[in-house]
Amino acid sequence: MAFRAAVITFPGSNCDRDMAVAIERASGSAPLRVWHADAELPERLDFIALPGGFSYGDYLRSGAMAANSPVMRGVKEQAERGVPVLGVCNGFQVLTEAGLLPGALMRNASQNFICRTVALTVENSQSLFTGGYDQGQTIRIPVAHHDGNYFADEDTLDRLEGEGRVAFRYAENCNGSRRDIAGVLNAAGNVLGMMPHPERAVDTAHGGTDGLALFEGAMRTLADA
Amino acid sequence: MKIRVHVSLKPGVLDPQGRAVHHALEGLGFAGVDDVRVGRLIELDVADDTSDAALTDMCEKLLANTVIENFRIEKVA
Repeated sequence: MAFRAAVITFPGSNCDRDMAVAIERASGSAPLRVWHADAELPERLDFIALPGGFSYGDYLRSGAMAANSPVMRGVKEQAERGVPVLGVCNGFQVLTEAGLLPGALMRNASQNFICRTVALTVENSQSLFTGGYDQGQTIRIPVAHHDGNYFADEDTLDRLEGEGRVAFRYAENCNGSRRDIAGVLNAAGNVLGMMPHPERAVDTAHGGTDGLALFEGAMRTLADA
Repeated sequence: MKIRVHVSLKPGVLDPQGRAVHHALEGLGFAGVDDVRVGRLIELDVADDTSDAALTDMCEKLLANTVIENFRIEKVA
């Protein structure tokens, strides 16, 4: 059966198309495109992606308004049932604001918007999303954010590290994130949030294809399950 | 009923914005400023019978992110 993914678009999302292209390239099936105001998320999804951008103009806090939009009720329900959910950049901010991932993303310590390709270390290659990488592998993925400074209290950070829930770390901290954290998993391992944009590294014309392995690895893991 | 919700970063949470403002104040020649923290003021106009519990709920669910922020509810009139 064709791979059934959904990409959620909020007002102000701007990486939804790139996310859809990356998913289609890895899975062979074009994902469903879902608008934020749709109260009903399609059922029987294999994968849900929350893309980057500036949902609701980052009003109040990045991701705060989107986290409370109608479609997020369905995302939470399906996440709790084990459907894989990937949030990239603003999608990561939405997942933390929605309580699907711990911590918060604050203004970059430098105050600057950062837009460049950075090196990441794969900290957990055993997750649903990271099976396409080797443990400890260094990959190069673009970041483009103003609020990517990951914060959580020390107990939460210890727990995340102890449980293997830090998926990616910055090889060189670019935004002030606690313990260089670039991406985290939920306790069940089916929700990943990350600030870097794997969907912007899936074609040689992007300057690199290290992001494609995330999508291909996830699709392969799901196909084998 | 007019309500003011004061949202501020928790102590210990780095405030890059506050630091930049602090730096700018120093640049303007204001001496003796030890620290600056930037918060947010949200003014609400709510029904008079709105309960304290409902106001707290609003803050916890949306107005503040309690992972990084504290809030204080002030009844103005």
